[in-house]
Amino acid sequence: MFSGGLALFYGVVEVGRNWLGPFTPHVEISPKLSALPAYAGYSLLRIAIAYVFSLIFAIGYGYIAAYRPGAERFMIPLLDVLQSIPVLSFLPGVMLAMAALFPGRQLGVEMGAVLLIFTGQVWNMAFSFYASLKSIPREMREAASIYRFNWWQRFVQIELPFATIGLVWNSMMSVAGAWFFLMACEQFSDFKLPGLGSYLQTAADNGDTRSIVMGILTMVAVIVLIDQFVWRPVIAWAEKFKMEQVESANAPTSWVLEFLQRSRGVAMFRKRAIRPLREQMIHYFARQNETRVQSTDESKGTLWIWRIVGGAALIAIGYAMVRVLMILVGLQASEFRELGWGLLATFLRVNFTLLLGALWTIPVGVAIGFNPRLARIAQPLAQIAASVPATALFPVVLLVLIRLGGGLGVGSIVLLLLGTQWYILFNVIAGAMAIPTDLKEAASVFGIGGWDRWRKLILPGIFPFLVTGMVTASGGAWNASIVAEYFHFKGQTYSTVGVGAMISAATDAKNFNLLLASTIALAAVVVTTNRLVWRRLYRLAETRYKLEG
Amino acid sequence: MTEPIIRAQAVEKFYLKPDGNRIEVIAPVDLDVEPGKIITLLGPSGSGKSTLLRMLTGLSRPSSGEVLWHGQPITSQNPGVAIVFQSFALFPWLTVLDNVEAPLEARGIGALERHKRALRILDTVGLDGFESAYPKELSGGMKQRVGFARALVVEPEVLFMDEPFSALDVLTAESLRNELLELWLNKKMPTKAIFIVTHNIEEAVLLADRVIVLGRNPARIRADFHVELSRPRDRKSARFVELVDYIYKIMTQPDLALAAPGAAASVQKPARQKYQMIPHARVGGIAGLLELLQDRGGKEDLYRLAENLVMDAEDLLPIIEASVLLGFATLKEGDVEITPDGTRFAEADILSRKTLFRQAALKHIVILQQIDSILHAKTDHSISEEFFYDILDEHFSQDEVERQFETAMNWGRYAEIFDSDRESHRLILAEPVSEPHVPNITPVQS
Repeated sequence: MFSGGLALFYGVVEVGRNWLGPFTPHVEISPKLSALPAYAGYSLLRIAIAYVFSLIFAIGYGYIAAYRPGAERFMIPLLDVLQSIPVLSFLPGVMLAMAALFPGRQLGVEMGAVLLIFTGQVWNMAFSFYASLKSIPREMREAASIYRFNWWQRFVQIELPFATIGLVWNSMMSVAGAWFFLMACEQFSDFKLPGLGSYLQTAADNGDTRSIVMGILTMVAVIVLIDQFVWRPVIAWAEKFKMEQVESANAPTSWVLEFLQRSRGVAMFRKRAIRPLREQMIHYFARQNETRVQSTDESKGTLWIWRIVGGAALIAIGYAMVRVLMILVGLQASEFRELGWGLLATFLRVNFTLLLGALWTIPVGVAIGFNPRLARIAQPLAQIAASVPATALFPVVLLVLIRLGGGLGVGSIVLLLLGTQWYILFNVIAGAMAIPTDLKEAASVFGIGGWDRWRKLILPGIFPFLVTGMVTASGGAWNASIVAEYFHFKGQTYSTVGVGAMISAATDAKNFNLLLASTIALAAVVVTTNRLVWRRLYRLAETRYKLEG
Repeated sequence: MTEPIIRAQAVEKFYLKPDGNRIEVIAPVDLDVEPGKIITLLGPSGSGKSTLLRMLTGLSRPSSGEVLWHGQPITSQNPGVAIVFQSFALFPWLTVLDNVEAPLEARGIGALERHKRALRILDTVGLDGFESAYPKELSGGMKQRVGFARALVVEPEVLFMDEPFSALDVLTAESLRNELLELWLNKKMPTKAIFIVTHNIEEAVLLADRVIVLGRNPARIRADFHVELSRPRDRKSARFVELVDYIYKIMTQPDLALAAPGAAASVQKPARQKYQMIPHARVGGIAGLLELLQDRGGKEDLYRLAENLVMDAEDLLPIIEASVLLGFATLKEGDVEITPDGTRFAEADILSRKTLFRQAALKHIVILQQIDSILHAKTDHSISEEFFYDILDEHFSQDEVERQFETAMNWGRYAEIFDSDRESHRLILAEPVSEPHVPNITPVQS
């Protein structure tokens, strides 16, 4: 207990000393193995802080969007756009801005990293919370209303429990994505942050194989530990929030959760601290509910506040738009041409990657999905492989590529593939498993085999899952293009034609106008393709290829 | 005359369409809930029973009119109500005990008192020993007992029940009904009145001191009478059967005003029908009914028919209404009788049935007539579904439009009046099977 407290105190002091300490543009990353736990700790801390902020924001955003009249109309489409913007394209901009905001403090860069991870993970959580609130059964709401539940009781006894399962799964996805962004942030050229990402990059820079291997092992270990000590228990615990009428036979279990539930210390804590606190809350809100008088003045007042906030936001957005337009007008024709080619190159590269990914994952995924024995072996392996963020591997892959003599033109495709293939693979496996046995049997009874079997049974069956996987993969690939097309390595800069390379190069050259223009162009292309292509495929999958029970 | 607990004065529910059109869901209704009675509200599905219940409890505000509690306008903070829901509406993440305590927590009652009252009520409904179970571990009947307990723990003046037994199997429902009656008759619950919404006619007669029958489109009170049978009531007794038969008659004959057999009753005049409303029955159901009627000599008593088919009035009535509307059957004095057209349909083979159905549909069903004539009139023989949504929109509420359209689609596709293209959401003129020698003509676009 005591040593634990001491360690915690030391950790806080150390982090504080580092973050509030003077800004060090070129942090020396120690290649020593003894430094690894500290680096892992720094990385983990960034993710934890960003996650807590994301959770709070997601709940607030979802709550307002679901309940405030009129808010839904613009908050949900906005969420949709924000979700499809490639966050990494803002990495250079945000880092520069945050460093400028806190001159001479490491805190600025740290906050920049946290902010980026936050933007990468918050939207799907917010949407999940909103969707849960919207899907609370009407009779359950009416029960709450007829039994006069107060705000607090509604939140704790209905809304939060109802949203828990969605929030847990989305949190897992978000945090997995967060590692990807974090590694990129830590490797970001100008402001190195001490962490696993920078450790791996330094190790690759030095060609130090032992450090590379140890770094990746640490990464895998951290992810496995988080899975065992955080996600498994949380998933097992969240099982009780399932809206099912009968108990399911094989519910997920977790030894950590069982240990905690049996622990006497935890029981004590619940009895002494949580229960009295809960009682206090109940009485406080019940009293408040009774004394509250329905006054229209008050609601009018809050309405005005909302209007003012909304108006201010509109003015701010308008001002920003004008400034952006002015900058864009100031760009040269050659820069525009370059931007056009860059977009085209990246577009082709991303879609080629998707095609490659689909080509190998569809047969493999279907094989795994149709064969339970194979699935038992292959799935955990694939999960571990997928859990290593692609960005962490970039320096290593680059090292190999350069030794083999390949350039970044081919290299960037390998890098993109690393980051995106897993989404497709897992979805294909899930899709293949979801094809009902009787359909498979019907196909064999009628002698449908070979290519016909693929065309009539398998491909339509996995189509909705495949689309889901491709949508996610496409978003991931655009994101990764920023780090995959342009790389500082061993004092040299490797790059290839592409909008991602332009963004990174513009940052290095401190050409902010071009940086802004290319970031906006990239975001616009992604949002447009999402709307025009993926959204339509999605709808097709939902209507025509849905397997209904 | 005792003072009513709840008095609804000309409560009405309507929706305003964007074009200013008003869709009336509930026509102005006057209704009193007096103490000491079990009142059942009967009506076909989609008639607005549940909406009326929600207005009486204060959950939903009437579009016009007023609901008074002891002469005072109702507020959301009204203390005297509880509702037992059809879906139970229990919180699956709370134990039975926590579910029952939750309404008391909302009232800020201390932990000890809460616990005591919850345990007492769980004991009353026969749930002692299940305090720490979660709802998903319980059977449907047990779950609804928790629903009762949660409602009774707040000691409501009026207990509202929205189809409380319809999610349960027949035997469980029967035993729960008896338990409810036992609690009520022996004054084991502090409730002064019970108001039950149901579509089950027998259930209504079995439980009620007073039965209110709602009509449809818009909802209005068609009959309101007292049931003066002694308890326990015998389902086989002549008076019981007579009452059930009488209610069947009211519900199947929307345009008829009937006098209750012996009981003091007031039957209100129906409102004028605006646009033909088709009952929601599938073609298979209609065919099944006609075949059964044919089997039984062409004529059958409604009540007996329901009993034989083990079907609720809610499921059976639309099928009968549809058969009558199509001219396949007639209704007289609570009996269904098959017509010559109906006989022909029942005896036909699959393909001829389609032709007969097509003839009947085009003769009697307004919306199908409209679709058919438009499809013939247009050069490309197709039209957007949207168009018919627009027609229906002017006459029905949003949900009803969906149901009307779905049923019309089902009938029209079966009768091969049109085909529907799911992707483009268009209706296309179909080539009927009865003319197999239509040459294949490629249309020339000019």
